[in-house]
Amino acid sequence: MQNSPNIPVQPNCPDRRRTQNAVVIWCRDKLARYIFLAVAFSATASLLLIALFILKEGVPFIIKVGLKSFLLSSEWNPAAEKFGIYPMIIASLWVTLGAMLIGAPLGVAGAIFLTQFVPRSIMRIIKPMIELLAGIPSVVYGFMGVMVLAPFIRNYLGGPGLSLLAGSIILGVMVLPTVISISTDAINAVPKTYLEGALALGATRWQSVHMVILKAARSGIIASIILAMGRAVGETMAVIMVAGNAVRIPHSALDPVRTLTANIALEMGYATGLHRQALFATGVVLFVVVMILNSLAIAAMKRKTGN
Amino acid sequence: MRIPPKITQALAVILLGAATLITVITLVLIIAFVLKRGVPEISWEFLSTKPREMGKAGGILPTLLGTVLLPLLAILIALPMGVGTAVYLTEYTRENRVTRIIRFGTDCLAGIPSIIFGLFGYIFFVTILGMGWSMISGGLTLAIMILPTIIRTSEEAIRSVPQAYREVSCSLAATSWETVYKVVLPNALPGIMTGVVLGIGRSIGETAAVIFTAGSSLMMPSSLNDSVRTMSVHFYLLAREGISDEKAYATAAVLVFAVLLVNLAAYWMMNRFIAKRSR
Repeated sequence: MQNSPNIPVQPNCPDRRRTQNAVVIWCRDKLARYIFLAVAFSATASLLLIALFILKEGVPFIIKVGLKSFLLSSEWNPAAEKFGIYPMIIASLWVTLGAMLIGAPLGVAGAIFLTQFVPRSIMRIIKPMIELLAGIPSVVYGFMGVMVLAPFIRNYLGGPGLSLLAGSIILGVMVLPTVISISTDAINAVPKTYLEGALALGATRWQSVHMVILKAARSGIIASIILAMGRAVGETMAVIMVAGNAVRIPHSALDPVRTLTANIALEMGYATGLHRQALFATGVVLFVVVMILNSLAIAAMKRKTGN
Repeated sequence: MRIPPKITQALAVILLGAATLITVITLVLIIAFVLKRGVPEISWEFLSTKPREMGKAGGILPTLLGTVLLPLLAILIALPMGVGTAVYLTEYTRENRVTRIIRFGTDCLAGIPSIIFGLFGYIFFVTILGMGWSMISGGLTLAIMILPTIIRTSEEAIRSVPQAYREVSCSLAATSWETVYKVVLPNALPGIMTGVVLGIGRSIGETAAVIFTAGSSLMMPSSLNDSVRTMSVHFYLLAREGISDEKAYATAAVLVFAVLLVNLAAYWMMNRFIAKRSR
């Protein structure tokens, strides 16, 4: 404006500053929209990036060695370039199953008891307490396993103490908060009228719970167990500390075992070349297993909300 | 023979109650045991001096610093991404294929085991991007790990802001962006903070993802490119390599204190937020 002082300002022309501002505001709004859209893909992009780099490091190795010999050979000897993870797969499977045998019944029972047979006031104290405990670092659970559980097993049941059984028990305890928390939410989401209807028909509380409520909450409870399985398969530090880490196929629950996760974490520090690729390939197997479990859990959750 | 319903009812209550009791007692015992053995070992000297002989003697000062700095760094990175995702999901779009992809990605990321984050951080940040074992590598890895937590809690917080607030804002001719940052975000802030605190809690307890990305140096960190050792990593190394049981218990006690404190704060904030909303 200062360069052209001769042009008279028309009295009814729109205020120049206001119009500029409106453009700025409009642009800012558009910009914000696109930034939010871009940012919204951060989690998905991270997931893809993780998948990409784990696969990129691991898959060439699997192709080179052969999927069959990698998965089904029992000999793991990096120095001699023997890479078979069959014992680790079996170990992960048993440890996870053992953890579920302990964690799932206890957790689901706890969820039923806390939602159905306990006054709301007590439930309001216990549920957050259990969720607080979910935050305890896995290394602390592992340490408890080493200091308390392993000596107990060694003294009363035999074997070296650090074993498949110890790993299963520690993992079973560790997944309890997950199972309880998600199952409780699933049970609470069942409409109250279901329970009232069952009670009105003369069913006892327990009959209504196991015939009506558990049926309605089934998908959510299953999802909680699958998620807990994912946790158990993927848990690393606690398992390294308590499971004994011997590379061999276990013959009893008292044998020491090395899981897939432990295999990666134990040797990652010093592995190079082919050995490191083998560890990434172990990661690929783990990643695939966990993604399958995740998708199953998400599908189960969907069914719950679909009803 | 058919068992009378009254007896099955009584049996069920006893069995379920016993299972719940076992759960609660186990979890409480673990905490009680750690604190009982660890608390007597904690002293001001333990908290305020550097470790000597790889942690056999001395204190945990550098690891305390690492435990504060690394989660903070992770939050600084994850918060804008997480809140941005939540804002996009709630304010800018309806449920469609794009949101389904975003949600699936978020849910899957939440289930990825920490060792996979460790592997990824090691190959991507440490090796390919050449950041080395450093606070920045560790912070970025942790940020990705806690992103789903931040997204979920932020989304819930933003959804709980009453629709009427947005309508008033729009009726005053505010744009979507103005509504978001002047109306929605300030009102969702306490809920978002809950997610922040939960994320910090999870980062403090993390070991597998940190040890391969931030390293385990016992030096005091002086820049983002320095390796740090967090308390969890320190505790793991003390316990696993049998360096010192006393120091391990003491570190565990400090760690448990820190995590419980942080999670309690999150719980308290969440309750206050819910109470304020339902008023």
